[in-house]
Amino acid sequence: MKRTKKINSNTFLLMITIVLFAVMYIAGMIIFRENGFAKPQMFLNLFISNAGLIVIACGMTIVMITGGIDISVGSVTALVCMVMAYAMENKGMNAYVAVVIALAIGTLYGIVQGYLVAYLEIQPFIVTLAGMFFGRGMTAVVSTDMIAITNETFMAWAKCKIMMPFGSYNKNGEFQQAYIYPTVVIALVVVIVISIVLKYSKFGRKLYAIGGNAQSALMMGLDVKKTKMQAYVLDGFLAGLGGFLFCLNSCAGFVEQAKGLEMDAISAAVIGGTLLSGGVGTVIGSLFGVLIKGTITSLITTQGTLSSWWVRITLSALLCFFIVLQAVIASIKKKQAKN
Amino acid sequence: MAKTGFDIRKITGNRLFMPLVCLAAVLIVGGIFVPDFFAVSINNNVLYGYPVDIVNRASEVVILAIGMTLVTAASGGQDISVGAVMAVAAAVCCQILSGGETSVNEFANPLALAIIAALIAATLCGAFNGFLVAKLNIQPMVATLILFTAGRGIAQLVTKGQITYIRVESYKVMGGFIGKCPVPTPVFFAIAAVALAFLVLKKTALGLYIESVGINGAASRLIGLNSTMIKFLTYVICGLLAGVAGIVASSRIYSADANNIGLNLEMDAILAVALGGNALGGGKFSLMGSVIGAYTIQALTTTLYAFRVSSDRLPVYKAIVVIVIVIIQSPAFHRFMAEQKAKRAAKNQVAEGGN
Repeated sequence: MKRTKKINSNTFLLMITIVLFAVMYIAGMIIFRENGFAKPQMFLNLFISNAGLIVIACGMTIVMITGGIDISVGSVTALVCMVMAYAMENKGMNAYVAVVIALAIGTLYGIVQGYLVAYLEIQPFIVTLAGMFFGRGMTAVVSTDMIAITNETFMAWAKCKIMMPFGSYNKNGEFQQAYIYPTVVIALVVVIVISIVLKYSKFGRKLYAIGGNAQSALMMGLDVKKTKMQAYVLDGFLAGLGGFLFCLNSCAGFVEQAKGLEMDAISAAVIGGTLLSGGVGTVIGSLFGVLIKGTITSLITTQGTLSSWWVRITLSALLCFFIVLQAVIASIKKKQAKN
Repeated sequence: MAKTGFDIRKITGNRLFMPLVCLAAVLIVGGIFVPDFFAVSINNNVLYGYPVDIVNRASEVVILAIGMTLVTAASGGQDISVGAVMAVAAAVCCQILSGGETSVNEFANPLALAIIAALIAATLCGAFNGFLVAKLNIQPMVATLILFTAGRGIAQLVTKGQITYIRVESYKVMGGFIGKCPVPTPVFFAIAAVALAFLVLKKTALGLYIESVGINGAASRLIGLNSTMIKFLTYVICGLLAGVAGIVASSRIYSADANNIGLNLEMDAILAVALGGNALGGGKFSLMGSVIGAYTIQALTTTLYAFRVSSDRLPVYKAIVVIVIVIIQSPAFHRFMAEQKAKRAAKNQVAEGGN
């Protein structure tokens, strides 16, 4: 009896997410075996194509835990990609310098937005909405044309394959090793580091305390403003890093890039069990949220005959399922608390 | 301190003071730097000029801002699906009018039927949002995120992924001009929506109910208000208004472009509510503030276009102006100003004491 009670809503939602992901993926493997869905490489591709989004979703989870939101991340990604492409191609800068610039842009974004939210007490939605406008506009100021990246160092990073000790046989019976890119390693390291920080560090616990109830956190002697500010700075840094990973994947910068990425990140976090009201959420959940969205997309593209709008509708239906499930669980818990 | 008659604080203390100052500031900047900014002329029997452009183009955001204000006040959150709902309404309307063709020169079905169907579709979307928010207690932004992503998909499903064109003069009226009337029709839609909302809120207790539900839902329920119903109702109204805006927007381009109708308009509508001095956390609201906010956004956009800023780069300036306006209206800034005032007063006192 005691054991079952210990499973709180946080872990319960996380478990549902993971189980759903497993069921969905195994079903895909059985149905689309002929199309190569069962190959290990197909699974790794999920990480490869979503490495940037995973990092950005981690940042989103952090601000959502404090009860805030950041809808500027898509624009920051576009801006970072564009500035990196411009710096390397048009200014002939070193790839390392370009990466530093990318991370600096993200961090600067975090500092400004964090200050406005934490110290000037402006609603996060409005601040980051302005940030979204600003990023998209600045991308166009840098260049309205698409810039493809040809820098040698950068392309070497982008094409560097890390071979896995397993693989699969192709149609001719040749063995092909499965591989990942360095972006995947970076993304997974970020997930692990952030989840440790959230779970065990003072800073992480402060975030949950503030998100749960800012008033009581303040009375407990926590510096609410400073912690909020730190959360946004960290989120901005991760958005910059995510933008860099995104850029390694696309190898180009253009104005329309990563449009709607903020909503992808938010819905991944929500599917992963993070509450927008704050105080609840894990980055592992957000990771699985990203993977679930990636699986649906690749299932639909493998199937091949469904139109793009069905992707949207299916994704939203799933989102709806999760959100309603969360609400039902919350109301059951409330009733239990009353009894 | 016996001041008689006129008290400046009565004006500066009004809730509409700051929003009006912001609108005036944008207009004055336009008036100084753009030649003939306030000139209105009649070309080809229609009014022409920057002010007309502002009032005309702002219509959709004004209509959306009314719904957004009510939703914000009652539930303390925003409906981010309104842009997508506009696309759904436009798709339903055009698909019924075209009868399934991609481009038609005459209506396949009566116009009234199409409009009513479109409004019903939009209202249903609003009801769906309302059900999730009011009945299931889901946070507004998360609940409306579902239709935000699904809406354009549904609209494309309705139009089968095509852009449906309705090349009929009587369909263009709603986004153009009625007969010989020189004032663009969308302006009338906006005025009618504002007037109707204003009357309903002033003549009935609905406005008061919405505010009290927004301030404290549980307490409102205890004094006998059906807070679930009131929240639900605001979302239904918001959906219906999004439908109206969708039809106007579709009539402007006499087509249903599922991917672009109402794109990012939800952001403008939320911005209008915030610029109008309304708290996004719910509670007391000012409908007129939001309307002024909507016109401020369009005035800004039109002024920037008059400066020959390209549409790609427009968001940069928009972002800067928005941040400046919200900082001026923020509580922290007010406290800072009050402190400065107190310091100055203290200094004066010291100086007087010295004499």
